[in-house]
Amino acid sequence: MAEEGPFTDISGKPISLECQNYTPFCREFTVSSPKVSLLKVMGYTCSVWLLAYAVFFLTENTTVLSSAIMVTLVGMILHIHFVKVDQETLLIIGSLGIQLSSLYASGRESTTFIEMSKIKDIVINEAIYMQSIIYYLCILIKDPSEPDGVASVVPLFQSSKPRLNCLVRVYKSCQEIIAQSR
Amino acid sequence: MVLKIFFPKCCNTADSGLLVGRWIPGQDSAVVLAVIHYPFIPGQVKKYLTQMRSQTKVDLTVLGSWSMPKDGQEGMDSFLKDLSTIFPHSRWLQLSRESGKRAFTCRVVQENGKPAAKKDGDDNDDDDDDKDKIIFVHYDQRKVMLSQLHPVQEQKGSEEESTELRTMFQTVAQSEPLFFHDMYDEGPLKLTHWQSEGREASIIVELVKQASVPVCIVLTWLLSVWHWLCSFRIFHVWPVQFISSKLSTCVQTGYRTDHFQTVFSTRKATTHMEFMRKANIFVSFLVDIALGLLLISWLYRENRISQLANTLVPAADHVAKELQELLEWLMGAPAGLKMNRALDQVLGRFFLYHIHLWISYIRLMSPFIEMILWYVGLTACLGLTFALSVLSDIVALLTFHIYCFYVYGARLYYLKIYGLSSLWRLFRGKKWNVLRQRVDSCSYDLDQLFIGTLLFTILLFLLPTTALYYLVFTLLRLVVVMFQGLIHLSVDFINSFPLFAMGLRLCRPYRVAEGVKFQVLSEEPGTPLHLRMEINPLKFSSVLQCYRTPTYSCYPKDSWVALCKKLFIGELVYPWRQKSTKTD
Repeated sequence: MAEEGPFTDISGKPISLECQNYTPFCREFTVSSPKVSLLKVMGYTCSVWLLAYAVFFLTENTTVLSSAIMVTLVGMILHIHFVKVDQETLLIIGSLGIQLSSLYASGRESTTFIEMSKIKDIVINEAIYMQSIIYYLCILIKDPSEPDGVASVVPLFQSSKPRLNCLVRVYKSCQEIIAQSR
Repeated sequence: MVLKIFFPKCCNTADSGLLVGRWIPGQDSAVVLAVIHYPFIPGQVKKYLTQMRSQTKVDLTVLGSWSMPKDGQEGMDSFLKDLSTIFPHSRWLQLSRESGKRAFTCRVVQENGKPAAKKDGDDNDDDDDDKDKIIFVHYDQRKVMLSQLHPVQEQKGSEEESTELRTMFQTVAQSEPLFFHDMYDEGPLKLTHWQSEGREASIIVELVKQASVPVCIVLTWLLSVWHWLCSFRIFHVWPVQFISSKLSTCVQTGYRTDHFQTVFSTRKATTHMEFMRKANIFVSFLVDIALGLLLISWLYRENRISQLANTLVPAADHVAKELQELLEWLMGAPAGLKMNRALDQVLGRFFLYHIHLWISYIRLMSPFIEMILWYVGLTACLGLTFALSVLSDIVALLTFHIYCFYVYGARLYYLKIYGLSSLWRLFRGKKWNVLRQRVDSCSYDLDQLFIGTLLFTILLFLLPTTALYYLVFTLLRLVVVMFQGLIHLSVDFINSFPLFAMGLRLCRPYRVAEGVKFQVLSEEPGTPLHLRMEINPLKFSSVLQCYRTPTYSCYPKDSWVALCKKLFIGELVYPWRQKSTKTD
């Protein structure tokens, strides 16, 4: 278990990275995003309900209030189930493959496994995002028809978006394992 | 190189014995399928393996030995070492597990007898590079046997093209005959696999399987009789064929007959996709019939049919009256626009006469409406899709006059626009060259120019009137088309939705697999890596996309831009096009 900090994501919020070495050829990296902030939740709920009260004051219709409550509840449930990612995990097993999994705030886990025979390489790419240049880690998938071609690119850690120092650590560890399995 | 051993969970607590399985060609991995227990005679083991190899078409071999010593069985180790000389091998695995500990230890012995690797805690030799690393992947044998990896690769490609996981899944699925031998069989060998506690089967499933064969034969014969009926010459005369291609009920009938042929064919489904298609069609057909019967039971209760018939004629009357009022409004000064009096009166009177004809026709039919509706409603017992198609056809027939008005208005408008554009070119001294498909300059005679200009002026000033009539009737037609389109979309949805695949994804998610998930099992230091492999089921959207029954779906023929252009020019618009042949 090794943890270094403080890592931040591209907008400056603090994130944490955990590396676990099961064996020399099997490692797991977990990037955790900050949790849902209570202040934000309260802010949104209060603004929606104030708006509903204003509309109720004007129209004298109680369905406005109940619909505002329903909207807030449903919106929060949808947000924590589909949008808010708590942790992203990368499990790399030499000569078997790489497993990516995202853990959402409601406990839902979505996993993908890519076999080693399909992986060409893991690289750090640059991208232009609005007015800044960001770095992201991605897996290059081999093209079955072209021996040197790249069929597709799978970006990693898309919700947590860590910065370059965090990515470099993960990249170095993964490259050791991938070099072994070539 | 890393050696991967796929070990079934059911054999974790098996007694000591021989490991039977398969080495995956081209990869450094082995799939363990079963454990043969002591006592056994090596000759019988070899005979059994040859028999199984020919039955399953999988090259099963003895992979190695498995030792899980219980109390009083410490003398197994040396016995196990001698076994490796009896069975031919390139690599021999010696797996052992101590009761109370969770991890396995493994030794790999090469063919020349030299141990290739030893994986235990205290190795401090300096040749780390050729130390074999071993991964144990624990899998659930029953689930892997039943599951199907997506995307489905139907053709039997060479083994090197399949990835390792796919080969492993195929191996377990093909070894199904190996799992028939359970502990109650009186054979010379005792095996442990997922079914060794006894085979389970359901009587109902077996009975249904036996009964389905004669039922399929009868239904196929009935279908051939229906085909013979439909092949009569009278149905291929042009008017009948044209009408039946326009009526959605006939289209739906033809479509369902195709379905039945697929489902009730006496040939057993060989591939996974065929089986899923048959099952999907069958289940959606059953649900269709059930919904249709529900509709009938609701419709025929409390005299709803007569209520419907009693409201139908006044509704048609009301529509006709509204149309008449609309035409009167157009014949006056609609929205303050000034119409050309003469043309207005002509067009208005023409359409009013049509509506008068229509009303008399409806009034003529009104005593028979209830009986017709009663018999037509009975067709809902053939399925909800039939009822919806019949509804769409009834709507089309009842609004036939709107369709006629639209065609008249559109044709008139189209001719006017055509004439105007041609005379506009004459106005400017140009001409359309049909040969070269372009506009050329042309010198006209004086009388040609004179008449052309006159005609141009006439057409131009008559344009607002025609355009207004065209606009009104096109809007009405579009409303009817939208309604029909909605009905067709819902029919298409019921036809193509893969209910069986969705049910399978909900109730037995391991059968539709997108991939696998691994979880690292906590291990003691110095032991090989143990992983648990679970099946990652397919997402619902992928199930829908993969197993959608192809239909004659109605989809918009033109894009929005092309549609607007056609409407502007006055070309007749048929927004929904039906695919006549099924495409995958």
